[in-house]
Amino acid sequence: MGTRKRQAPPPAALGRAGTKKDLPDHFKSYRHVWVFIELERGQVHPVSFELLGEGRRLADQLGVQLAGVVLGPPADSTRHAVAEAFAYDADLVYLVEKPLLTDYRNEAFTKALTDLVNAYKPEILLLGATTLGRDLAGSVATTLLTGLTADCTGLDVDADGSLAATRPTFGGSLLCTIYTLNCRPQMATVRPRVMCMPQRSNKPTGRVIRHDLGMLEEEIVTKVVGFLSDGQSENANLAYADVVVAGGLGLGAADNLQLLKNLAQTIGGDYGCSRPLVQKGWMAADRQIGQTGKTIRPKLYIAAGISGAVQHRVGVEGADLIVAINTDPNAPIFDFANIGIVADAVSFLPALTEVFIRRLAPGNSSELR
Amino acid sequence: MHIVVCIKQVPDSAQIRVHPVTNTIMRQGVPTIINPYDLFALEEALKVRDLHGGEVTVLAMGPPMAEEALRKALTYGANRAVLLTDRHFAGSDTLATSFALSQAIAQIGNSFGVPDIVFTGKQTIDGDTAQVGPGIAKRLNLVQLTYVAKITSIDLSARSITVERLSEGGTQVLKSQLPCLITMLEGKTVIRRGSLDDALRAARSAIVKWSAAEAGIGDITKCGLRGSPTVVKRVFAPTPREKKAVQIDTTEKRVHDIAEEVVACIFTHQPTLQHELTSAGSV
Repeated sequence: MGTRKRQAPPPAALGRAGTKKDLPDHFKSYRHVWVFIELERGQVHPVSFELLGEGRRLADQLGVQLAGVVLGPPADSTRHAVAEAFAYDADLVYLVEKPLLTDYRNEAFTKALTDLVNAYKPEILLLGATTLGRDLAGSVATTLLTGLTADCTGLDVDADGSLAATRPTFGGSLLCTIYTLNCRPQMATVRPRVMCMPQRSNKPTGRVIRHDLGMLEEEIVTKVVGFLSDGQSENANLAYADVVVAGGLGLGAADNLQLLKNLAQTIGGDYGCSRPLVQKGWMAADRQIGQTGKTIRPKLYIAAGISGAVQHRVGVEGADLIVAINTDPNAPIFDFANIGIVADAVSFLPALTEVFIRRLAPGNSSELR
Repeated sequence: MHIVVCIKQVPDSAQIRVHPVTNTIMRQGVPTIINPYDLFALEEALKVRDLHGGEVTVLAMGPPMAEEALRKALTYGANRAVLLTDRHFAGSDTLATSFALSQAIAQIGNSFGVPDIVFTGKQTIDGDTAQVGPGIAKRLNLVQLTYVAKITSIDLSARSITVERLSEGGTQVLKSQLPCLITMLEGKTVIRRGSLDDALRAARSAIVKWSAAEAGIGDITKCGLRGSPTVVKRVFAPTPREKKAVQIDTTEKRVHDIAEEVVACIFTHQPTLQHELTSAGSV
């Protein structure tokens, strides 16, 4: 990629992004930061906690409150989601509890969330960029005719309190900072694992504001007639794995994926790949890591035969330690890896696996520690 | 049945380079392609048409050169192509784009028959937002079915459709009604090559070109930069890492010794890892 010039100015320098225009009067009453708590099939998606961490920071900068929004059926899982929102530092929770919110359906969730926004007027609304969050955010923003910045990697507040949302563009080659100047709320989505997981606080439960949803099951066209869980399939948690091993075209042949899987199994990690392997049909699309795949944030990431195109880079930059194996000493992956090995992944992976097996054997670990 | 497929002509992002000094995108020589995810939408639309009869209209919004992408779509077997092109659309964000496309789809409905299904890809590879599909659905009041992995069945007489939709942790099976908007997931589907007949027809076909006014858009303030609530204020290159990778010397060494050195280096960087891997690994 060549050397890039370092970019200095922080986004927070300008009030209203340097424009002289005032926010329209009817939007001036919009206050507070909201995070949509994604509850699906009884589970809160961890991205909601990551967003509460970001939301907390934004709310503190603005001197406003942080609210969680919980939509779900009257059930323990919904009450648990409310408690979790407080545990991750929400000041209050907006709750819509209705049986027709049991399964995610666009119609019901869009109405519930837009009704809440129209009634309580938040200035910022954050959602996870999951299949659910992206489905919902697009509908809500279009209904409210407001701006939505998708897949943000940085959120900040500028001098006069506008949200400066930064996201990759052109596949991650560049970043851009986007404002929603004359509409409210300012909406943004963030992909799982892009932001850090905040500490759980032991905050006592706060105020819960209940809101009704004026909708009947008969009004909802779409019915959920089944659910095929992939709970058993081993790929559910790639984004949240602590150790990830991934392969790219440098593996040479589909058969060599076994070398990757062996290493992953040895060190108790999960495995994935860069986009070309999905295009070749060597691996399923849900194992793709990078801009159009998953973002990961493991403690250890081993990239085998991956050149490190910027699209891949943006998905792995959050890793604590990146180990890259590539035959090309000029591969871009060595620009952002911590440890680089110029070697053929196909011959190196088995050796690495073997050393790990020996080092991690129960007898050895104590001796070496 | 009438199906509309929205496609976008995008720069092949794998070949994009950033100018090292000016931090601008170097577009020269970067080939344009049909957004790869849209091809899955087009293929699915053609399959549905082959099974149930009817027509497929492809729609693109973009500069005049986007005609190439539409002509390509005709070679795959689409029946008709509409290009929405007007300088008023320049600078559109997702809200303004979904407005323009939804107006054009309504106009396609007036001119060629109201669509039963509108398809889009799950997202584009340049904008990457996945928000235009939902925006179109909301504006046209269509049932919204995103991340569809499979269309299980369509019953035209009952106007019903059953699909499998990717969701967090599994796949939802949804039964819904036509008309609907489907954003199609990439899959193992092989994209057809298109017949010789289609290629000849594509070369001969005139592509319908509409300006904003011809697409029935009266309120131009809802389009382009003016119709976009979001404003891009700053474009910049990612900050490079301060330190480059620690390179493990691999010259004249046995691969096993290199591996030893790498593992030692990993545990030096992250001392807690050794214990964590020991408890996690299934050795």
